[in-house]
Amino acid sequence: MTKSHKPVVWFPFAAGGTVIAFCIPVIVVLTFLAALGHMPAGLSYERLHAFAANGVGKLVLFGVISLSLWSSAHRLRCTCYDFGLRADTLVATVLYVAAILGGIAAALFLLRI
Amino acid sequence: MSRNPLVRAVPPTSWFFRQPRYLRYMSREITSIFIGAYCVLLVVGLQRLSAGQTAWEGFLLALRSPASIVFQFLCLVAAVYHAATWFNATQKAMPLQIGENFVPGNVISGAHYVVWILLSLVVLYFAGVF
Amino acid sequence: MTPLKERLVQLEVLRYNPDTDTEAHFQHYEVVCQEEWVVLDALNKVKADIDPTLNYRWSCHMAVCGSCGMMINGEPKLSCHAFLRDYQGVIRVEPLAHFPVERDLVTAPDDFMDKLKRVKPYVIPKEMKPISEGEYRQTPAQLMKFRQYSMCINCMLCYAACPQYGLTPSFIGPAALTLAHRYNQDSRDGGRKERQEVVATHEGVWECTFVGACSEVCPAHVDPASALQQMKITSSIDWIVEHLIPGGKP
Repeated sequence: MTKSHKPVVWFPFAAGGTVIAFCIPVIVVLTFLAALGHMPAGLSYERLHAFAANGVGKLVLFGVISLSLWSSAHRLRCTCYDFGLRADTLVATVLYVAAILGGIAAALFLLRI
Repeated sequence: MSRNPLVRAVPPTSWFFRQPRYLRYMSREITSIFIGAYCVLLVVGLQRLSAGQTAWEGFLLALRSPASIVFQFLCLVAAVYHAATWFNATQKAMPLQIGENFVPGNVISGAHYVVWILLSLVVLYFAGVF
Repeated sequence: MTPLKERLVQLEVLRYNPDTDTEAHFQHYEVVCQEEWVVLDALNKVKADIDPTLNYRWSCHMAVCGSCGMMINGEPKLSCHAFLRDYQGVIRVEPLAHFPVERDLVTAPDDFMDKLKRVKPYVIPKEMKPISEGEYRQTPAQLMKFRQYSMCINCMLCYAACPQYGLTPSFIGPAALTLAHRYNQDSRDGGRKERQEVVATHEGVWECTFVGACSEVCPAHVDPASALQQMKITSSIDWIVEHLIPGGKP
């Protein structure tokens, strides 16, 4: 039996899970407030654009979005298996590729700001 | 006497109804669907932000549709549930031994909750919520 | 002294006779028990008074030997530790889930025994020294590091609770991996590298999705879920050292 390469996908999953736990709830609160018509000042075009134009801001947004995407993709892969979907290689490939594409898209949009 | 053991297979698509704790586990795992979908929404938001002020304001307006409100509410529940289960798990993944004894698990998880709440308040403050 | 309270207990027990049956079936028993008894006492009463053909394993009757594990109302339990006062109505008793049924409530533990051997659950000394040099010494702090994990009584309740073991029987599983961790954490031990050959494979810790059921059902308060998550982290660090650091050896 050979050692598994699972750490390649698991480490970013664990990092992403931590990022989701600390950051995503408060981000959802902000967009939820906007959805309810109580737009937080921080979501105005000027303020958010200024934040995303800043190098640190770019890095934070990219880190949060790409790691959270990866973490959800990995967890969803395991969930598919738990629900009885046994085509694990196919499921894993589709989900991981989707997460990577999402991360690349986020990076490209951030670079345009 | 020969052996003739009976193998009772686990039903692969319904095993999680066998015990309440399996349902709790599955609800934790299912949060990933909402978090993943929400991240896609964030990527779309970044695209709109990069496309200029009109595009961004259109995005904010679209967020106010009833479907979006329901979706974001579900995402909020999922995100908070994920956070709680994640912080509760930290004491298992990273036990801390100081001297002879281990730090009580509640202290490790509790510290994560405190940092989480402080960080969230700071973000809300800088976002102008209060 | 107040007399013990009697109670008519209804049991639904899974029966399987390997010589004649192709499927298992439930058999209903009604037996007068004392309210203070445990499920194992009820089974013993059934065997003594009603049905001597009923088969099950037990030995110590005090949650130490780990041989009387059964599913009681769907929950993995030591039947000597399942008090009748905690159950109402019909009590359903089945053999431990995820293991082949040998006969009635007796399961075949062969798979677990094989996996237990594979993780080398014994001290592999860092350096052998002659007896004349004295014992391998350990501080209380070093003992505390693994003491919890050494409480395992090999009752296999964690295997019956773990859905991933049920779905993927090649999974090394909670107790065996936890014992690997117990010896890895021992200051006298130098066998971690050998155990990683089993621990860090797909069938090792990576089959675990942290359901946490193992720790919830453990009658000895061992925490297999914790041990496995810790081993995922150390195995991941090993991988990084091995593959990303030039000349790195785990």
